[in-house]
Amino acid sequence: MIKFALAGNPNSGKTTLFNTLTGSTAHVGNWPGVTVDKREGTYKKLSEKVQIVDLPGIYSLSPYTPEEVVTRNFILDEKPECVINIVDATNLERNLYLTTQILEIDVPVIVALNMIDAVKANGDKINIKELSNRLGVPIVEISALKKQGTDELMKVAYGVAKCGRNSTTVLQESIVGPIIDKVNEALPNDLESKLFHAIKLIEGDELEVAAHPEANKIAVELKAKIGDEFEGDYEAVIADRRYDYISKHFTPTVVRAKKQGMTKSDKIDKVMTHRVWAIPLFLVIMFAVFHFVFSEDLLFLNAIFGLEIKSEGAINFFTGMGYEGEALGGIPSLGVFLQSWVGFVFDYLGALLGRVLPDGTWYASLIIDGLIGGVGAVASFIPQILLLFLFISILEDSGYMARVAFIMDRAFRKIGLSGKAFIPMLMGFGCSVPAMMAARTLQNEQERDRTIRLSICFSCGAKAPIWAMLAGVAVLGGILGDLFVFGIYLLGIVIAIVSALIMKLFSKSNEIPPFIMELPAYHAPQFKNLMAHLWEKFKHYVYKAATIIAASTVVLWFLSNFSWAFWTGMVDIEESILADVGRGLQYIFYPLGWAIGEDGWKYSVATITGLIAKEDVVATCAVFGLTEGTIGLSVAGIFAFAAYNLFTLPCMAAVATAKGESTKKGFWITVAWWFASSYIISMVIYWMIALYEVAIWAGLLVTFVLVALIITAGMVVWLRIKKHSSDKE
Amino acid sequence: MEKYLSEFAVGQSGVVKKIAADGKIKRRLFDMGVTPNVEILLRKVAPLGDPIEVTLRGYELSLRKSEAQTILMEVGND
Repeated sequence: MIKFALAGNPNSGKTTLFNTLTGSTAHVGNWPGVTVDKREGTYKKLSEKVQIVDLPGIYSLSPYTPEEVVTRNFILDEKPECVINIVDATNLERNLYLTTQILEIDVPVIVALNMIDAVKANGDKINIKELSNRLGVPIVEISALKKQGTDELMKVAYGVAKCGRNSTTVLQESIVGPIIDKVNEALPNDLESKLFHAIKLIEGDELEVAAHPEANKIAVELKAKIGDEFEGDYEAVIADRRYDYISKHFTPTVVRAKKQGMTKSDKIDKVMTHRVWAIPLFLVIMFAVFHFVFSEDLLFLNAIFGLEIKSEGAINFFTGMGYEGEALGGIPSLGVFLQSWVGFVFDYLGALLGRVLPDGTWYASLIIDGLIGGVGAVASFIPQILLLFLFISILEDSGYMARVAFIMDRAFRKIGLSGKAFIPMLMGFGCSVPAMMAARTLQNEQERDRTIRLSICFSCGAKAPIWAMLAGVAVLGGILGDLFVFGIYLLGIVIAIVSALIMKLFSKSNEIPPFIMELPAYHAPQFKNLMAHLWEKFKHYVYKAATIIAASTVVLWFLSNFSWAFWTGMVDIEESILADVGRGLQYIFYPLGWAIGEDGWKYSVATITGLIAKEDVVATCAVFGLTEGTIGLSVAGIFAFAAYNLFTLPCMAAVATAKGESTKKGFWITVAWWFASSYIISMVIYWMIALYEVAIWAGLLVTFVLVALIITAGMVVWLRIKKHSSDKE
Repeated sequence: MEKYLSEFAVGQSGVVKKIAADGKIKRRLFDMGVTPNVEILLRKVAPLGDPIEVTLRGYELSLRKSEAQTILMEVGND
């Protein structure tokens, strides 16, 4: 089998081409840097099978980012039979900069000129034949999206691969030409792609200097002899000469139509990133997304007009089969509707099995209460998560997310993150799992770890039932219940900001990656692309539900239905292993207040079962007979219990995702951070409110001391940050 | 007249004279096509005053003011 590599700028359509060629469904976004690792597939339409390798998008072959190193090493070391250099025809100048570097390697190259349809739509023309002559490699026009020209491309590439190619450089005639020749001679003869190595040596490329110290000496001597306007900075000289050559020899092959004022993309952008309206507009868009996914009262029709669904009739039809429906309030959003539907399917399945399986046997309990109940609870959230992803994909595909990073960068830099971290955090309100996966688009490892660590502060959809349950407890009651839920969401955001500041303070390096980022043109999202992306996610969740979630529910079921002497048969939950563990845990949680008292061990167990899925906190409480009416916690206890569940370890699916997406060290810090922060915050909240309840003056005193401490800490943080930034300057 | 890209007003354009950034950032600017003699137009400033968006070589690039501060520009006297 022969091997072709796809190389090109980020967002030039490489992954779309890869998907078209290999029939794969890899994730594509209108956001530079979606492909982080290389990916492989097979093209089967030629006489010989071709392995296609999709390399990460890069702007240059310099060794400054991991993506650049991956691509460079692949082309140099793995020696693909052909490099398909995909070039965005709408942005020829910058795309050809990379091409000039690839041409310096001894490898067959073919240029795939993508998005040629967009160029034609603008009325521009590219003289392909002339450009091909000047580059010295064949060019094939394609539209990866519309699958035009891709088979032709592969045919030509196959021919090119059989011929081989000697490296060429656009720098030959420039000031560095003579130096390149001499350094080239100094390199050992058995070295492949000598031209490439010679040029990188002249640039002072760290990897090359270390690999060829002898030739480097010659390069340094020669460079010293020639003066130039860049004061000996040969990286600058070479980059400058490349662009110079491109604009003199390649750009003239493009004949531009007369400018017709603003393009459609410009007009959209003018609104989306407006100085005043950009942020409000962003908030409205995000709210609309969450509303359509999570709202139980669509467009507030019930709250405003009293428009309700009388669901009894429909659900009564099923109650005969053992399904007890809840009365619905307003018209649910699509997300909520689908969720209740999937929930119903699982309930129905459970009821059906309940008739088939003998009552009271251990296996009936395992299948119905354990597997169907546990997996069903998680599966019912899949539609909402997919819907949320659909909306996020639309925003990402259209090019809007790149603008969001642009809008929010400044605010985020103040807390040691960059604007790109905003999207993962926002997605945390939906579900921590996709939020953590979205952190992948962040280039800096440290920033990725921190974003994952903080994403749980944004109360996810599965935690909402806990707040709903606690809000209904009598001591809060009425209007205070609303305020309580609002307060919990707010607390999450405040803690996230404070945590980010603390991490910034205690970390040795606080390098915020530069924000030199391409802002892609807006375009309409592609239906096929969106569906492919959703299908990928769907498979991922189903796989997870069938493996880790199913396994954990079985374990939980066992622990809550058997005593230590498990061979004697099933027991009441009060005598189960879980109850014993809970009573042990209760001691650990005593300082947090809510674990004190008769029911304390039950709350302790609930926080543990919450690790399987956060909804399990409510489910577990219900099993213990603790509901809105019977929860005996004080106001302090309610707040502290809520805070603990918000900030402690998220569900196992999220922990597993965090492990997969973080660095190894970062992951363990994250776990420790979750344990410690939830414990401390819960404790502080409990004692602050509890003292208010005992005596106002005591509460005031404690609050005063705490506020003073926070202000002092804030000032210390501020001064240190100031010092940090002045150190850098 | 010479001034830094960070001091530009929206809609103003000029030609790059010199780039004083160092290391990675300079290299990144070069790779993105910010090289001497290229024309750059300041298109937009983000709502919070930073970063900025510029047009060069027919595409849109965003960068922070701190990065734009290192780019010395020649502006026409109009």
